[in-house]
Amino acid sequence: MSNGLAIEPPAYNYKIVRQFTIMTVVWGIVGMGVGVLLAAQLMWPELNDFFQPYSHFGRLRPLHTNAVIFAFGGCALFATSFYVVQRTCQAVLWGGFLIPFIFWGWQAVIVAAAITLPMGLTSAKEYAELEWPIDIVITLVWVAYALVFFGTVMKRKTPHIYVANWFFGAFIITVAILHIVNSMAVPVSTMKSYSAYSGAMDAMIQWWYGHNAVGFYLTAGFLGMMYYFVPKQAGRPVYSYQLSIVHFWALIAIYIWAGPHHLHYSALPDWAQSLGMVMSLILLAPSWGGMINGIMTLSGAWDKLRTDPTLRFLVVSLSFYGMSTFEGPMMSIKTVNALSHDTDWTIGHVHSGALGWVAMISIGAVYHLVPVLYNRVQMWSVRLIYTHFWLATIGTVLYIASLWVNGLLQGLMWRAFNSDGTLTYSFVESVEASYPGYFVRFIGGAFFLIGMCLMAYNVYRTVAEKEPQNDSSESADSVAAPQTA
Amino acid sequence: MDINTLRGIATIFVMLAFIGICWWTFSPRRKQQFNEAANLPFADEQAADVKKTPAEDSSLHSADKK
Repeated sequence: MSNGLAIEPPAYNYKIVRQFTIMTVVWGIVGMGVGVLLAAQLMWPELNDFFQPYSHFGRLRPLHTNAVIFAFGGCALFATSFYVVQRTCQAVLWGGFLIPFIFWGWQAVIVAAAITLPMGLTSAKEYAELEWPIDIVITLVWVAYALVFFGTVMKRKTPHIYVANWFFGAFIITVAILHIVNSMAVPVSTMKSYSAYSGAMDAMIQWWYGHNAVGFYLTAGFLGMMYYFVPKQAGRPVYSYQLSIVHFWALIAIYIWAGPHHLHYSALPDWAQSLGMVMSLILLAPSWGGMINGIMTLSGAWDKLRTDPTLRFLVVSLSFYGMSTFEGPMMSIKTVNALSHDTDWTIGHVHSGALGWVAMISIGAVYHLVPVLYNRVQMWSVRLIYTHFWLATIGTVLYIASLWVNGLLQGLMWRAFNSDGTLTYSFVESVEASYPGYFVRFIGGAFFLIGMCLMAYNVYRTVAEKEPQNDSSESADSVAAPQTA
Repeated sequence: MDINTLRGIATIFVMLAFIGICWWTFSPRRKQQFNEAANLPFADEQAADVKKTPAEDSSLHSADKK
Protein backbone atom coordinates (compact mmCIF):
# COMPACT_ATOMS: atom_id res chain seq x y z
CA MET A 1 0.00 0.00 0.00
CA SER A 2 1.41 3.34 -1.00
CA ASN A 3 0.41 6.23 1.15
CA GLY A 4 3.02 8.61 -0.14
CA LEU A 5 4.99 8.78 3.07
CA ALA A 6 8.75 8.63 3.20
CA ILE A 7 10.64 8.96 -0.02
CA GLU A 8 13.92 8.13 1.58
CA PRO A 9 14.16 6.37 4.93
CA PRO A 10 16.20 8.51 7.32
CA ALA A 11 19.25 7.06 9.03
CA TYR A 12 17.73 6.16 12.36
CA ASN A 13 19.56 6.37 15.66
CA TYR A 14 20.16 2.69 16.34
CA LYS A 15 23.02 3.17 18.80
CA ILE A 16 20.75 3.75 21.79
CA VAL A 17 18.52 0.87 20.69
CA ARG A 18 21.55 -1.47 20.47
CA GLN A 19 22.77 -0.42 23.91
CA PHE A 20 19.43 -1.02 25.58
CA THR A 21 18.82 -4.27 23.67
CA ILE A 22 22.12 -5.77 24.87
CA MET A 23 21.48 -4.61 28.44
CA THR A 24 18.01 -6.19 28.29
CA VAL A 25 19.71 -9.56 27.88
CA VAL A 26 22.35 -8.87 30.53
CA TRP A 27 19.94 -7.62 33.21
CA GLY A 28 17.47 -10.34 32.32
CA ILE A 29 20.03 -12.97 33.29
CA VAL A 30 21.05 -11.09 36.46
CA GLY A 31 17.46 -10.50 37.62
CA MET A 32 16.24 -14.00 36.83
CA GLY A 33 19.43 -15.48 38.31
CA VAL A 34 18.62 -13.78 41.62
CA GLY A 35 15.06 -15.08 41.24
CA VAL A 36 16.26 -18.66 40.89
CA LEU A 37 18.51 -18.18 43.93
CA LEU A 38 15.49 -16.96 45.94
CA ALA A 39 13.45 -19.96 44.80
CA ALA A 40 16.32 -22.20 45.94
CA GLN A 41 16.45 -20.40 49.31
CA LEU A 42 12.81 -21.27 49.94
CA MET A 43 13.60 -24.90 49.18
CA TRP A 44 16.97 -25.00 51.01
CA PRO A 45 16.96 -22.26 53.69
CA GLU A 46 20.70 -22.77 54.40
CA LEU A 47 21.34 -20.85 51.17
CA ASN A 48 20.36 -17.69 53.05
CA ASP A 49 23.61 -17.94 54.98
CA PHE A 50 26.35 -17.84 52.39
CA PHE A 51 27.01 -14.10 52.80
CA GLN A 52 24.88 -12.79 55.62
CA PRO A 53 23.27 -10.32 55.99
CA TYR A 54 23.49 -9.38 52.30
CA SER A 55 22.40 -12.77 51.00
CA HIS A 56 19.27 -12.91 53.11
CA PHE A 57 15.97 -13.57 51.28
CA GLY A 58 14.47 -10.35 52.63
CA ARG A 59 17.25 -8.26 51.10
CA LEU A 60 17.57 -10.11 47.81
CA ARG A 61 13.85 -10.25 47.09
CA PRO A 62 13.50 -6.51 46.30
CA LEU A 63 16.72 -6.80 44.30
CA HIS A 64 15.06 -9.51 42.18
CA THR A 65 11.85 -7.55 41.60
CA ASN A 66 13.67 -4.32 40.81
CA ALA A 67 16.13 -6.06 38.49
CA VAL A 68 13.53 -7.89 36.43
CA ILE A 69 10.99 -5.04 36.31
CA PHE A 70 13.14 -1.95 36.00
CA ALA A 71 16.43 -3.31 34.65
CA PHE A 72 15.29 -6.11 32.31
CA GLY A 73 11.80 -4.78 31.52
CA GLY A 74 12.96 -1.16 31.56
CA CYS A 75 15.80 -1.72 29.10
CA ALA A 76 13.44 -3.68 26.83
CA LEU A 77 10.94 -0.80 26.93
CA PHE A 78 13.58 1.86 26.25
CA ALA A 79 15.02 -0.16 23.34
CA THR A 80 11.71 -0.95 21.69
CA SER A 81 10.07 2.44 22.27
CA PHE A 82 13.07 4.28 20.77
CA TYR A 83 13.08 1.87 17.83
CA VAL A 84 9.33 1.93 17.21
CA VAL A 85 8.90 5.69 17.59
CA GLN A 86 11.63 6.32 15.02
CA ARG A 87 10.42 3.77 12.51
CA THR A 88 6.72 4.59 12.68
CA CYS A 89 7.26 8.36 12.76
CA GLN A 90 10.03 8.13 10.14
CA ALA A 91 12.06 10.57 12.16
CA VAL A 92 15.44 10.39 13.83
CA LEU A 93 15.41 10.48 17.61
CA TRP A 94 15.21 14.03 18.95
CA GLY A 95 17.15 15.07 22.02
CA GLY A 96 20.94 15.28 21.49
CA PHE A 97 22.79 14.78 24.77
CA LEU A 98 19.62 13.64 26.51
CA ILE A 99 19.78 10.33 24.65
CA PRO A 100 23.08 9.04 26.12
CA PHE A 101 22.02 10.59 29.46
CA ILE A 102 18.98 8.29 29.49
CA PHE A 103 21.10 5.19 28.89
CA TRP A 104 23.85 5.94 31.39
CA GLY A 105 21.46 7.45 33.93
CA TRP A 106 19.29 4.35 33.88
CA GLN A 107 22.29 2.03 34.20
CA ALA A 108 23.48 4.12 37.17
CA VAL A 109 20.07 3.72 38.82
CA ILE A 110 20.24 -0.05 38.33
CA VAL A 111 23.73 -0.29 39.79
CA ALA A 112 22.69 1.91 42.73
CA ALA A 113 19.73 -0.42 43.34
CA ALA A 114 21.99 -3.47 43.21
CA ILE A 115 24.22 -1.91 45.88
CA THR A 116 21.69 -0.31 48.24
CA LEU A 117 19.03 -3.06 48.38
CA PRO A 118 21.34 -5.85 49.65
CA MET A 119 22.67 -3.30 52.17
CA GLY A 120 19.14 -3.08 53.53
CA LEU A 121 18.57 0.52 52.46
CA THR A 122 14.92 0.57 51.49
CA SER A 123 11.84 2.75 51.80
CA ALA A 124 9.87 -0.51 52.23
CA LYS A 125 7.30 0.34 49.56
CA GLU A 126 6.89 -2.65 47.29
CA TYR A 127 8.33 -2.06 43.78
CA ALA A 128 9.33 1.43 44.96
CA GLU A 129 11.97 0.39 47.51
CA LEU A 130 14.73 2.69 46.32
CA GLU A 131 15.63 5.52 48.66
CA TRP A 132 15.07 9.19 47.89
CA PRO A 133 18.38 10.17 46.20
CA ILE A 134 17.91 7.34 43.68
CA ASP A 135 14.25 8.34 43.23
CA ILE A 136 15.41 11.80 42.19
CA VAL A 137 17.80 10.37 39.59
CA ILE A 138 14.96 8.18 38.26
CA THR A 139 12.77 11.29 37.91
CA LEU A 140 15.47 13.14 35.95
CA VAL A 141 16.03 10.19 33.60
CA TRP A 142 12.30 9.75 33.15
CA VAL A 143 11.74 13.42 32.27
CA ALA A 144 14.55 13.15 29.72
CA TYR A 145 12.87 10.01 28.36
CA ALA A 146 9.54 11.82 27.98
CA LEU A 147 11.24 14.76 26.24
CA VAL A 148 13.08 12.50 23.77
CA PHE A 149 10.03 10.34 23.05
CA PHE A 150 7.53 13.13 22.57
CA GLY A 151 10.12 15.31 20.84
CA THR A 152 10.49 12.55 18.26
CA VAL A 153 6.71 12.19 17.91
CA MET A 154 6.48 15.95 17.34
CA LYS A 155 8.91 15.89 14.42
CA ARG A 156 7.27 12.89 12.73
CA LYS A 157 6.92 12.86 8.94
CA THR A 158 3.84 10.65 9.00
CA PRO A 159 0.31 12.06 9.31
CA HIS A 160 -0.73 9.55 12.00
CA ILE A 161 0.73 8.64 15.36
CA TYR A 162 0.84 4.85 15.23
CA VAL A 163 -1.07 3.10 18.03
CA ALA A 164 2.10 1.60 19.53
CA ASN A 165 3.30 5.15 20.24
CA TRP A 166 0.03 5.95 22.02
CA PHE A 167 0.63 3.05 24.37
CA PHE A 168 4.29 4.00 24.91
CA GLY A 169 3.23 7.61 25.50
CA ALA A 170 0.59 6.65 28.09
CA PHE A 171 3.14 4.44 29.80
CA ILE A 172 5.72 7.24 30.01
CA ILE A 173 3.32 9.90 31.31
CA THR A 174 1.55 7.70 33.83
CA VAL A 175 4.72 6.15 35.24
CA ALA A 176 6.07 9.68 35.76
CA ILE A 177 2.97 10.63 37.78
CA LEU A 178 2.94 7.37 39.74
CA HIS A 179 6.62 7.58 40.62
CA ILE A 180 6.52 11.20 41.73
CA VAL A 181 3.35 10.86 43.84
CA ASN A 182 4.24 7.56 45.51
CA SER A 183 7.86 8.51 46.19
CA MET A 184 6.96 11.71 48.06
CA ALA A 185 8.92 11.39 51.29
CA VAL A 186 10.58 13.33 54.06
CA PRO A 187 14.33 12.63 54.08
CA VAL A 188 15.93 12.31 57.51
CA SER A 189 19.42 11.37 56.29
CA THR A 190 21.25 10.60 53.05
CA MET A 191 19.74 7.15 52.76
CA LYS A 192 16.67 7.24 54.98
CA SER A 193 13.28 8.82 54.42
CA TYR A 194 9.71 8.46 55.61
CA SER A 195 6.64 8.44 53.38
CA ALA A 196 4.77 11.74 53.14
CA TYR A 197 1.50 9.84 53.70
CA SER A 198 0.29 7.82 56.64
CA GLY A 199 -1.99 4.94 57.52
CA ALA A 200 -4.61 3.63 55.12
CA MET A 201 -3.95 6.56 52.77
CA ASP A 202 -0.30 5.55 52.47
CA ALA A 203 -1.39 1.99 51.73
CA MET A 204 -3.86 3.15 49.09
CA ILE A 205 -1.32 5.41 47.38
CA GLN A 206 1.22 2.59 47.47
CA TRP A 207 -1.18 0.18 45.71
CA TRP A 208 -2.49 2.81 43.36
CA TYR A 209 1.17 3.01 42.38
CA GLY A 210 1.75 -0.73 42.63
CA HIS A 211 -1.13 -1.82 40.48
CA ASN A 212 -0.54 0.85 37.88
CA ALA A 213 3.09 -0.16 37.71
CA VAL A 214 1.51 -3.39 36.48
CA GLY A 215 -1.08 -1.59 34.38
CA PHE A 216 1.05 1.01 32.68
CA TYR A 217 4.63 -0.18 33.01
CA LEU A 218 4.14 -3.92 32.53
CA THR A 219 1.00 -3.73 30.38
CA ALA A 220 0.64 -0.51 28.37
CA GLY A 221 4.38 -0.32 27.61
CA PHE A 222 4.55 -3.93 26.49
CA LEU A 223 1.30 -3.55 24.52
CA GLY A 224 3.11 -0.83 22.58
CA MET A 225 5.76 -3.44 21.85
CA MET A 226 3.05 -5.91 20.84
CA TYR A 227 1.34 -3.50 18.43
CA TYR A 228 4.56 -3.05 16.50
CA PHE A 229 6.40 -6.37 16.66
CA VAL A 230 3.48 -8.77 16.16
CA PRO A 231 2.31 -7.13 12.90
CA LYS A 232 5.90 -6.66 11.77
CA GLN A 233 6.97 -10.22 12.44
CA ALA A 234 3.74 -11.61 10.95
CA GLY A 235 4.16 -9.39 7.89
CA ARG A 236 0.60 -8.07 8.02
CA PRO A 237 -1.08 -5.06 9.65
CA VAL A 238 -2.85 -5.37 12.97
CA TYR A 239 -6.20 -7.21 12.85
CA SER A 240 -8.33 -4.13 13.59
CA TYR A 241 -6.86 -0.67 14.00
CA GLN A 242 -10.24 0.60 15.23
CA LEU A 243 -10.28 -2.02 17.97
CA SER A 244 -6.80 -0.88 18.98
CA ILE A 245 -8.08 2.66 19.54
CA VAL A 246 -11.02 1.50 21.67
CA HIS A 247 -8.60 -0.86 23.44
CA PHE A 248 -6.28 2.04 24.27
CA TRP A 249 -8.87 4.39 25.75
CA ALA A 250 -10.75 1.66 27.63
CA LEU A 251 -7.57 0.19 29.09
CA ILE A 252 -6.07 3.43 30.35
CA ALA A 253 -9.42 4.70 31.67
CA ILE A 254 -10.09 1.58 33.75
CA TYR A 255 -6.68 0.36 34.91
CA ILE A 256 -6.08 3.39 37.10
CA TRP A 257 -8.99 2.36 39.43
CA ALA A 258 -7.99 -1.24 40.12
CA GLY A 259 -5.40 -0.68 42.88
CA PRO A 260 -7.66 -1.23 45.94
CA HIS A 261 -7.99 -4.96 45.17
CA HIS A 262 -4.55 -5.31 46.81
CA LEU A 263 -6.10 -4.14 50.09
CA HIS A 264 -9.16 -6.38 50.47
CA TYR A 265 -10.30 -6.86 54.08
CA SER A 266 -7.83 -4.21 55.26
CA ALA A 267 -8.35 -0.84 56.99
CA LEU A 268 -9.22 0.65 53.59
CA PRO A 269 -12.90 1.75 53.48
CA ASP A 270 -15.13 -1.05 52.25
CA TRP A 271 -16.57 0.99 49.34
CA ALA A 272 -13.06 1.58 48.01
CA GLN A 273 -12.35 -2.16 48.13
CA SER A 274 -15.57 -2.89 46.23
CA LEU A 275 -14.77 -0.19 43.68
CA GLY A 276 -11.35 -1.74 43.07
CA MET A 277 -12.94 -5.15 42.66
CA VAL A 278 -15.59 -3.99 40.16
CA MET A 279 -13.08 -2.00 38.11
CA SER A 280 -10.77 -5.03 38.06
CA LEU A 281 -13.60 -7.18 36.71
CA ILE A 282 -14.46 -4.64 33.99
CA LEU A 283 -10.78 -4.61 33.06
CA LEU A 284 -11.18 -8.09 31.59
CA ALA A 285 -12.93 -6.58 28.54
CA PRO A 286 -10.21 -4.22 27.27
CA SER A 287 -7.48 -6.70 28.20
CA TRP A 288 -9.02 -9.44 26.12
CA GLY A 289 -9.87 -6.99 23.35
CA GLY A 290 -6.17 -6.24 23.02
CA MET A 291 -5.17 -9.89 23.26
CA ILE A 292 -7.67 -10.90 20.55
CA ASN A 293 -6.51 -8.03 18.37
CA GLY A 294 -2.91 -9.24 18.63
CA ILE A 295 -3.62 -12.92 18.08
CA MET A 296 -6.07 -12.35 15.22
CA THR A 297 -3.37 -10.38 13.41
CA LEU A 298 -2.11 -13.83 12.46
CA SER A 299 -5.39 -14.91 10.87
CA GLY A 300 -4.53 -16.20 7.43
CA ALA A 301 -0.87 -16.51 8.40
CA TRP A 302 -1.01 -19.15 11.11
CA ASP A 303 1.41 -21.33 9.14
CA LYS A 304 4.18 -18.85 9.99
CA LEU A 305 4.11 -20.20 13.53
CA ARG A 306 5.55 -23.46 12.21
CA THR A 307 8.69 -21.87 10.86
CA ASP A 308 9.20 -18.73 12.91
CA PRO A 309 10.15 -19.22 16.57
CA THR A 310 10.29 -15.44 17.12
CA LEU A 311 6.64 -15.18 16.15
CA ARG A 312 5.90 -18.07 18.51
CA PHE A 313 7.37 -16.09 21.40
CA LEU A 314 5.18 -13.13 20.51
CA VAL A 315 1.97 -15.13 20.12
CA VAL A 316 2.49 -17.34 23.18
CA SER A 317 3.17 -14.18 25.19
CA LEU A 318 -0.30 -12.99 24.17
CA SER A 319 -1.80 -16.29 25.29
CA PHE A 320 -0.22 -15.91 28.71
CA TYR A 321 -1.40 -12.29 28.76
CA GLY A 322 -4.95 -13.50 28.16
CA MET A 323 -4.60 -16.11 30.87
CA SER A 324 -3.24 -13.79 33.53
CA THR A 325 -5.70 -11.00 32.71
CA PHE A 326 -8.48 -13.54 33.25
CA GLU A 327 -6.95 -14.83 36.46
CA GLY A 328 -6.35 -11.31 37.84
CA PRO A 329 -9.99 -10.15 37.78
CA MET A 330 -11.06 -13.49 39.30
CA MET A 331 -8.56 -13.06 42.14
CA SER A 332 -9.77 -9.51 42.74
CA ILE A 333 -13.23 -10.83 43.69
CA LYS A 334 -13.34 -10.45 47.47
CA THR A 335 -14.43 -14.00 48.24
CA VAL A 336 -11.76 -15.49 45.96
CA ASN A 337 -9.22 -13.10 47.42
CA ALA A 338 -10.11 -14.34 50.90
CA LEU A 339 -8.64 -17.66 49.80
CA SER A 340 -5.78 -16.45 47.60
CA HIS A 341 -4.46 -13.49 49.61
CA ASP A 342 -0.90 -13.90 50.95
CA THR A 343 -0.58 -17.35 49.40
CA ASP A 344 1.75 -18.51 46.62
CA TRP A 345 -1.16 -18.22 44.19
CA THR A 346 -0.47 -14.46 44.04
CA ILE A 347 3.18 -15.06 43.19
CA GLY A 348 2.16 -17.60 40.56
CA HIS A 349 -0.26 -15.07 39.03
CA VAL A 350 2.42 -12.38 38.93
CA HIS A 351 4.84 -14.73 37.18
CA SER A 352 2.24 -15.86 34.69
CA GLY A 353 2.24 -12.21 33.65
CA ALA A 354 5.93 -11.53 34.23
CA LEU A 355 7.44 -14.63 32.62
CA GLY A 356 4.64 -15.52 30.21
CA TRP A 357 3.72 -12.07 28.96
CA VAL A 358 6.40 -9.46 29.77
CA ALA A 359 9.50 -11.61 29.39
CA MET A 360 8.29 -13.60 26.39
CA ILE A 361 7.21 -10.57 24.37
CA SER A 362 10.52 -8.87 25.22
CA ILE A 363 12.43 -11.96 24.15
CA GLY A 364 10.48 -12.04 20.88
CA ALA A 365 11.25 -8.35 20.34
CA VAL A 366 14.97 -8.93 21.04
CA TYR A 367 15.10 -11.80 18.52
CA HIS A 368 13.42 -9.50 16.00
CA LEU A 369 15.66 -6.53 16.78
CA VAL A 370 19.16 -8.00 16.99
CA PRO A 371 19.45 -9.07 13.31
CA VAL A 372 18.03 -5.71 12.21
CA LEU A 373 20.26 -3.63 14.47
CA TYR A 374 23.44 -5.48 13.54
CA ASN A 375 22.54 -5.85 9.85
CA ARG A 376 22.33 -9.64 9.81
CA VAL A 377 19.95 -11.83 7.84
CA GLN A 378 18.79 -13.64 10.95
CA MET A 379 19.96 -14.80 14.36
CA TRP A 380 23.10 -16.93 14.44
CA SER A 381 21.10 -20.00 15.30
CA VAL A 382 17.36 -20.33 14.72
CA ARG A 383 17.45 -23.77 16.31
CA LEU A 384 18.61 -22.22 19.59
CA ILE A 385 15.58 -19.91 19.46
CA TYR A 386 13.36 -23.00 19.26
CA THR A 387 15.16 -24.50 22.24
CA HIS A 388 14.78 -21.23 24.13
CA PHE A 389 11.09 -21.12 23.25
CA TRP A 390 10.40 -24.55 24.73
CA LEU A 391 12.54 -23.91 27.81
CA ALA A 392 10.69 -20.65 28.45
CA THR A 393 7.23 -22.11 27.86
CA ILE A 394 7.75 -25.26 29.93
CA GLY A 395 9.52 -23.25 32.64
CA THR A 396 6.62 -20.81 32.90
CA VAL A 397 4.00 -23.58 33.00
CA LEU A 398 5.91 -25.48 35.71
CA TYR A 399 6.28 -22.28 37.69
CA ILE A 400 2.65 -21.18 37.64
CA ALA A 401 1.12 -24.66 37.98
CA SER A 402 3.20 -25.48 41.07
CA LEU A 403 2.25 -22.19 42.71
CA TRP A 404 -1.44 -22.71 41.94
CA VAL A 405 -1.21 -25.97 43.84
CA ASN A 406 0.75 -24.34 46.66
CA GLY A 407 -1.58 -21.35 46.84
CA LEU A 408 -4.77 -23.38 47.09
CA LEU A 409 -3.12 -25.71 49.57
CA GLN A 410 -1.95 -22.86 51.80
CA GLY A 411 -5.24 -20.98 51.55
CA LEU A 412 -7.29 -24.06 52.45
CA MET A 413 -4.97 -25.09 55.30
CA TRP A 414 -4.99 -21.61 56.85
CA ARG A 415 -8.79 -21.41 56.89
CA ALA A 416 -9.43 -24.96 58.15
CA PHE A 417 -11.05 -25.05 61.59
CA ASN A 418 -11.75 -27.87 64.02
CA SER A 419 -15.26 -28.29 65.41
CA ASP A 420 -14.21 -26.53 68.63
CA GLY A 421 -13.08 -23.46 66.68
CA THR A 422 -9.32 -23.98 66.89
CA LEU A 423 -7.11 -23.96 63.80
CA THR A 424 -6.58 -27.39 62.22
CA TYR A 425 -3.04 -26.65 61.03
CA SER A 426 -0.21 -24.59 62.40
CA PHE A 427 1.46 -22.18 59.97
CA VAL A 428 4.61 -24.24 59.77
CA GLU A 429 2.61 -27.28 58.68
CA SER A 430 1.50 -25.30 55.62
CA VAL A 431 5.15 -24.37 54.95
CA GLU A 432 6.16 -28.01 55.14
CA ALA A 433 3.36 -28.99 52.75
CA SER A 434 4.64 -26.36 50.27
CA TYR A 435 8.05 -27.95 49.71
CA PRO A 436 7.15 -30.05 46.63
CA GLY A 437 5.71 -26.92 45.00
CA TYR A 438 8.80 -24.91 45.90
CA PHE A 439 10.97 -27.52 44.22
CA VAL A 440 8.93 -27.55 40.99
CA ARG A 441 8.94 -23.75 40.98
CA PHE A 442 12.75 -23.77 41.33
CA ILE A 443 12.99 -26.16 38.35
CA GLY A 444 10.64 -23.99 36.28
CA GLY A 445 12.59 -20.84 37.08
CA ALA A 446 15.86 -22.59 36.26
CA PHE A 447 14.46 -23.66 32.86
CA PHE A 448 13.57 -20.06 32.14
CA LEU A 449 17.03 -18.86 33.20
CA ILE A 450 18.80 -21.46 31.03
CA GLY A 451 16.74 -20.23 28.09
CA MET A 452 17.93 -16.67 28.77
CA CYS A 453 21.54 -17.86 28.80
CA LEU A 454 21.00 -19.52 25.40
CA MET A 455 19.64 -16.23 24.14
CA ALA A 456 22.72 -14.38 25.44
CA TYR A 457 25.00 -16.83 23.60
CA ASN A 458 22.92 -16.58 20.43
CA VAL A 459 22.95 -12.78 20.58
CA TYR A 460 26.71 -12.77 21.19
CA ARG A 461 27.37 -15.02 18.17
CA THR A 462 25.03 -12.97 15.98
CA VAL A 463 26.73 -9.72 16.92
CA ALA A 464 30.26 -11.15 16.71
CA GLU A 465 29.64 -12.82 13.34
CA LYS A 466 32.56 -11.87 11.10
CA GLU A 467 30.84 -11.86 7.74
CA PRO A 468 28.38 -8.98 7.38
CA GLN A 469 25.16 -9.64 5.57
CA ASN A 470 24.69 -8.91 1.90
CA ASP A 471 21.49 -9.10 -0.02
CA SER A 472 22.01 -12.33 -1.99
CA SER A 473 20.14 -15.38 -0.80
CA GLU A 474 23.32 -17.52 -0.98
CA SER A 475 24.80 -15.64 1.93
CA ALA A 476 21.55 -16.11 3.79
CA ASP A 477 21.96 -19.85 3.34
CA SER A 478 25.58 -19.83 4.38
CA VAL A 479 24.73 -17.90 7.51
CA ALA A 480 21.92 -20.31 8.17
CA ALA A 481 24.12 -23.36 7.52
CA PRO A 482 25.70 -23.80 10.97
CA GLN A 483 22.38 -24.46 12.64
CA THR A 484 21.59 -27.42 10.43
CA ALA A 485 24.98 -28.94 11.13
CA MET B 1 -27.17 17.35 45.61
CA ASP B 2 -27.04 13.77 46.85
CA ILE B 3 -23.67 12.08 46.35
CA ASN B 4 -25.46 9.19 44.63
CA THR B 5 -26.86 11.52 41.95
CA LEU B 6 -23.30 12.59 41.25
CA ARG B 7 -22.21 8.96 41.03
CA GLY B 8 -25.06 8.21 38.62
CA ILE B 9 -24.12 11.17 36.43
CA ALA B 10 -20.48 10.06 36.43
CA THR B 11 -21.47 6.55 35.31
CA ILE B 12 -23.62 7.92 32.49
CA PHE B 13 -20.82 10.28 31.48
CA VAL B 14 -18.32 7.41 31.24
CA MET B 15 -20.84 5.35 29.26
CA LEU B 16 -21.41 8.23 26.84
CA ALA B 17 -17.67 8.72 26.48
CA PHE B 18 -17.26 5.05 25.62
CA ILE B 19 -20.08 5.13 23.07
CA GLY B 20 -18.64 8.32 21.64
CA ILE B 21 -15.20 6.80 21.20
CA CYS B 22 -16.70 3.71 19.54
CA TRP B 23 -18.81 5.86 17.21
CA TRP B 24 -15.83 8.04 16.30
CA THR B 25 -13.58 5.04 15.76
CA PHE B 26 -15.90 2.83 13.75
CA SER B 27 -17.37 5.59 11.57
CA PRO B 28 -16.92 4.50 7.92
CA ARG B 29 -15.54 7.94 7.04
CA ARG B 30 -12.38 7.25 9.00
CA LYS B 31 -11.82 3.71 7.72
CA GLN B 32 -9.36 4.81 5.05
CA GLN B 33 -7.16 6.86 7.37
CA PHE B 34 -7.04 4.05 9.92
CA ASN B 35 -5.99 1.64 7.18
CA GLU B 36 -3.13 3.98 6.39
CA ALA B 37 -2.19 4.21 10.05
CA ALA B 38 -2.31 0.42 10.43
CA ASN B 39 0.28 0.10 7.67
CA LEU B 40 2.75 2.52 9.25
CA PRO B 41 5.04 -0.28 10.52
CA PHE B 42 5.62 -1.23 6.88
CA ALA B 43 5.72 2.26 5.38
CA ASP B 44 9.45 2.94 5.71
CA GLU B 45 10.61 -0.45 4.47
CA GLN B 46 8.56 -0.05 1.28
CA ALA B 47 10.36 3.13 0.50
CA ALA B 48 13.62 1.24 0.90
CA ASP B 49 12.47 -1.65 -1.30
CA VAL B 50 11.36 0.61 -4.13
CA LYS B 51 14.67 2.42 -4.24
CA LYS B 52 16.66 -0.80 -3.86
CA THR B 53 18.94 1.03 -1.51
CA PRO B 54 20.49 -1.07 1.23
CA ALA B 55 19.03 0.75 4.17
CA GLU B 56 20.23 -0.14 7.61
CA ASP B 57 17.17 -2.31 8.02
CA SER B 58 17.03 -4.26 4.76
CA SER B 59 16.83 -7.59 6.59
CA LEU B 60 13.41 -7.01 8.04
CA HIS B 61 11.75 -9.93 6.40
CA SER B 62 14.48 -12.34 7.38
CA ALA B 63 11.93 -14.45 9.16
CA ASP B 64 9.82 -14.71 6.04
CA LYS B 65 12.64 -15.68 3.70
CA LYS B 66 12.79 -19.23 4.95
